[in-house]
Amino acid sequence: MRTDTPTLDAPGRAPGAATDDELRELDSGLDALQAVDSTRRTGLAGWDWSRVLLPVAAVVLLVAIWQAFAWLAGARGEPITGPGDVLGAFGTLWAQGLVQQAVATSVGRAVVGFALAVVVGVGLGLVLGQVSVLRRAFGPLLTALMVLPNVAWVPLAVLWFGLSDATAYFVMLTGAVPAVVAGLTTGTDQVPPQLRRAARVLGASRLETALLVVLPAALPAFVSGLRQGWAFAWRGLMAAEIIAVGGPMGVGLGTLLHEGRAASDLAVVLCAVLTILAVGVLFELAAFGPVERRMLRRRGLLEGSTR
Amino acid sequence: MTVVMEDVGKSFGGPTPVLEDVSVRIEPGEFVCLLGASGCGKSTLLNLIARLEAPTAGVVKTPREGAAFMFQDAALFPWLTARGNIELALRFAGVPAAERRGRAGELLRLVHLGDAADLRPHQLSGGMRQRVALARALAQDRPLLLMDEPFAALDAITRDLLHGELERVWRQTGRTVVFVTHNVAEAVRLGQRVLLLSSRPGRVVAEWDVPAAARHDAPAAAALTAAITARLGQEIRRHAH
Repeated sequence: MRTDTPTLDAPGRAPGAATDDELRELDSGLDALQAVDSTRRTGLAGWDWSRVLLPVAAVVLLVAIWQAFAWLAGARGEPITGPGDVLGAFGTLWAQGLVQQAVATSVGRAVVGFALAVVVGVGLGLVLGQVSVLRRAFGPLLTALMVLPNVAWVPLAVLWFGLSDATAYFVMLTGAVPAVVAGLTTGTDQVPPQLRRAARVLGASRLETALLVVLPAALPAFVSGLRQGWAFAWRGLMAAEIIAVGGPMGVGLGTLLHEGRAASDLAVVLCAVLTILAVGVLFELAAFGPVERRMLRRRGLLEGSTR
Repeated sequence: MTVVMEDVGKSFGGPTPVLEDVSVRIEPGEFVCLLGASGCGKSTLLNLIARLEAPTAGVVKTPREGAAFMFQDAALFPWLTARGNIELALRFAGVPAAERRGRAGELLRLVHLGDAADLRPHQLSGGMRQRVALARALAQDRPLLLMDEPFAALDAITRDLLHGELERVWRQTGRTVVFVTHNVAEAVRLGQRVLLLSSRPGRVVAEWDVPAAARHDAPAAAALTAAITARLGQEIRRHAH
């Protein structure tokens, strides 16, 4: 049996007799010892150039290999299309104003289509997340939609909507909406139960819990759903533009690709492919990357990751 | 203001009820510790007092204003700063937007975290997180504070310190505290009264008053701790067959 119960809060005295000041000192001492050193990994001050330089170096390396290969093939008398040819084709198309026009058309459609997908997806996701009967009924169908390549919808869309913007939007929605819905529902499924319980004992109403606790907690999964939705939307748009050519469809990047193929001009085809890639990646890097990184850093989820 | 439980029972449909014939009276401003081995229905009892669950028998009377609740897990919202967490609780409690920032600052200073207001939960230590959780629970301004093993996951040094903190906050705020623990020394250290719950079914089988003198008399506290530990052991051995 113990005969003495000394405690930290009252050195040399009986327990419970510490003054407020003593407690405060002990607190701040222990806090300083235990808290995460917050001065350490705040990479906000200096821009991390390796994030830009390393991917650029990787691309330069690949282009250099391609160029070397083109030179070798040329020396053996079997010329292939090299980076120089593509650059030339790009210059010609640029001078004609075709690239600018195609990028403007496609990006405009992509932004409108993606915005539509987000609105529809969030609405659908919220309803499915709340009503379990609907979710059981329609969940598998939405998963099936994600598996189906959205290019498969193009013929149907053309028959329904003709060669119009509606065709492009329809194909984009079939891919992007399920991705957005999936992001939102996985996000709300994965909200730690103790956060809902905390909201409950703190007296939050159902609406407050949904808007101020569940939604922010689900944000990381939701953002990766948006990101995937963007990729599906962009792919769907290109599929629609490549297949549905002419009339009110105008000239998009997909149209450019189609015309290059029709003219058997490999340089134009590659030029279109690379532009499609560049625009898609640029959106991803400029819009989703920083948002996601900032969000994860604020929640302490970046430590130890290789992002 | 008083919490009264009369012949309260709670069954989830199993062969033995979780709680049976529990009669407890807790006076305003009192600090009561509920002690018992795992699975004795301590948490269920708290849930009944918090009105998160309804009893299957008997009557539970609690203050109309409801109860604040604190768990073993701080369950802070990770996307908000310490201050943001408390401001959100104040918002749920219906405090007007203009007053929230000031009140949150006061509550953080109350738990000695005035300087950590802008840190996020992942930047705080376990003890700091529990102090934010305490401040958040106090943000509700309810007379009754229910605590479900809030310090069980902390290291001994931090726990020791938080005992002092909790006692100070209790004295400053005049809350009624019901504190669940399976640590006898903790119960004697904090409680004015210790209730021992049996397991399966959970009943209040023994009760001790902790004399105020015991706080300043280490041998007395140790003797009481030993007596309660012995009674607890007896209760646990009952399940050996």
